[in-house]
Amino acid sequence: MGRTLAEKVWDAHVVRRAEGEPDLLYIDMHLTHEVTSPQAFDALRAAGREVRRRDLTLATEDHNVPTLDIDKPIADPVSRAQIEALRVNAEDFSIPIFPLGSIEQGIVHVVGPQLGLTQPGMTIVCGDSHTSTHGAFGALAFGIGTSEVEHVLATQTLPLKPFKTMAVTVEGELPADVTAKDIILAVIAKIGTNGGQGHVIEYRGGAIRALSMEGRMTLCNMSIEAGARAGMIAPDETTFAYVEGRPHAPSGEDWDRAVEYWRSLVTDDDATFDTEVVIDASTLAPFVTWGTNPGQGLPLSASVPSPEDARDNNERVAIERALEYMDLTPGMPLKEIPVDVVFVGSCTNGRLEDLRAAASILKGRKVADGVEMLVVPGSARVRLEAQAEGLDAVFTEAGAQWREAGCSMCLGMNADKLSAGQRSASTSNRNFEGRQGPGGRTHLVSPQVAAATAVLGHLASPADLT
Amino acid sequence: MEKFIVHTGSGVPLRRSNVDTDQIIPAEYLKRVSRHGFEDGLFKGWRADPEFVLNQPRFEGASILVAGPDFGTGSSREHAVWALQDYGFKVVLSSRFADIFRGNSGKAGLLTAVVDQEIIERLWQALEADPTTAITVDLDRQVIEFDDVTGPFDVDSYVRWRLMEGLDDIGITLRYADDISAFEAQRPSFLPTTR
Repeated sequence: MGRTLAEKVWDAHVVRRAEGEPDLLYIDMHLTHEVTSPQAFDALRAAGREVRRRDLTLATEDHNVPTLDIDKPIADPVSRAQIEALRVNAEDFSIPIFPLGSIEQGIVHVVGPQLGLTQPGMTIVCGDSHTSTHGAFGALAFGIGTSEVEHVLATQTLPLKPFKTMAVTVEGELPADVTAKDIILAVIAKIGTNGGQGHVIEYRGGAIRALSMEGRMTLCNMSIEAGARAGMIAPDETTFAYVEGRPHAPSGEDWDRAVEYWRSLVTDDDATFDTEVVIDASTLAPFVTWGTNPGQGLPLSASVPSPEDARDNNERVAIERALEYMDLTPGMPLKEIPVDVVFVGSCTNGRLEDLRAAASILKGRKVADGVEMLVVPGSARVRLEAQAEGLDAVFTEAGAQWREAGCSMCLGMNADKLSAGQRSASTSNRNFEGRQGPGGRTHLVSPQVAAATAVLGHLASPADLT
Repeated sequence: MEKFIVHTGSGVPLRRSNVDTDQIIPAEYLKRVSRHGFEDGLFKGWRADPEFVLNQPRFEGASILVAGPDFGTGSSREHAVWALQDYGFKVVLSSRFADIFRGNSGKAGLLTAVVDQEIIERLWQALEADPTTAITVDLDRQVIEFDDVTGPFDVDSYVRWRLMEGLDDIGITLRYADDISAFEAQRPSFLPTTR
């Protein structure tokens, strides 16, 4: 019987298999950052162990870094200590590192692909749940905890039981104003934050094929919010064209052999998935989350739901809690919700195409009075490329702030935070209570919606602008 | 790691579903480099409310967290597990756990036992009526017992074996170092390195 893409990549990485035990899986690339690695490196030291494959390991600084005044010492002592720990660890264990100030520094899931380190058919892990991003290339990429980080450092493997497989097929013509972000928010709303649990999702169908690599990364990035362990898209000519010529991409004969192998990374026609979901692309629309988990989302044209709409008691309580935290009234049109802050950035939507999209809407317009807008490129390279196109000038002329690269306001860990009660429209990936700062209220949106929202001062799509 | 065979302790009824790891431990605590002392951050946001269940003195000293479905969703932060352990929890009971959280718990020796929601409800009621209710979690027989109730729980068989033996994952894997080397020798040359 045929195999799915995920099964093919899995099987190609089994070092050891035994009855009743997890498979021992080889890891082709281990990306690390300062937050989930210190205890792993300390444990290695304590056990007298080395990093087995320094040449398959990379470190960058992203979660804790400031996005202003990056040439000055980091103000927060706890953040500074964590960044310094990573630098000491990278030095002690001879791991390549891109520290703040390096032209290759940035959010780990932006850095890997832009360097060509992310390639089809690889197993890629990182101590960060949005590692699923790399699945856009047909890699099996997933987040791991600190103990697993230690395990990979020591052995370059992980003991794992195979994931179940889910096909999410999006067929048909995507409406012009619907982006990859809107697709994934709709998928999560449909299957729920636990819908993908235990599964690796493969995104299939014409609407998926039509996405650019950056769009595919946005989609796969948020697979974790649907409860899935990983999200994958089979590689194709779009993928090969993106990878070709990048610093760590194969070249010459290696390139030809690689592409020949990559072409085999497709789900067989006679393969079966454990679960299947089908979505008609033409029914999709610009989306926004209203609540406190990524599944509490609706089309922007809708209104705040009521607890009465709940299908069971658990859901009713969840809606009540979310409405109270988010300070929203049932029935209020989503487009009437005013915001205080707009954040464009993150591993979900911090790449060049995202910045271009936001800039195209802000060009010739102004950020509304009373709204603070931060635009945070996903990496130092993306920042340079955006500047070469004049996007930074568009943002600053509109009254938005043009920042340095980092995770920034996605999670309230560095200086970029919401204060209690502030409401944001954010191109990031999580809207949990307190995610962007204690008491902060997050609405997840696409870059286009974020930009239109910044201009009008309330949730809006580009179509609402004159 | 200590062996886990049977544990008896008192419980805390956490009547919430979809508890994400940002609630279990907020991002600011992830800035720490040490492996211990995370008890201060456990459910930090919710503990601001004096009525929150962990703030009630009658539940002090509990070692078993009894939670609603979908516990541990969201970020992969293993710090969530450490916070629970540093606070004193040895077991979390829920009808469903998020994958990464469940995996992290297994690594660190925090038992995540999957129990029917019906039993969770009965246990919540029992604890609210009598906070001193003793709960026995028997990993060997895979049952929980309290009052006159006995209920089975699910746990991954390999995790169960490893916890009962008190074994460390890395030590087990390094037994297969030769297999790892053999695999490496046949990896295609077109795969990238970070050099």
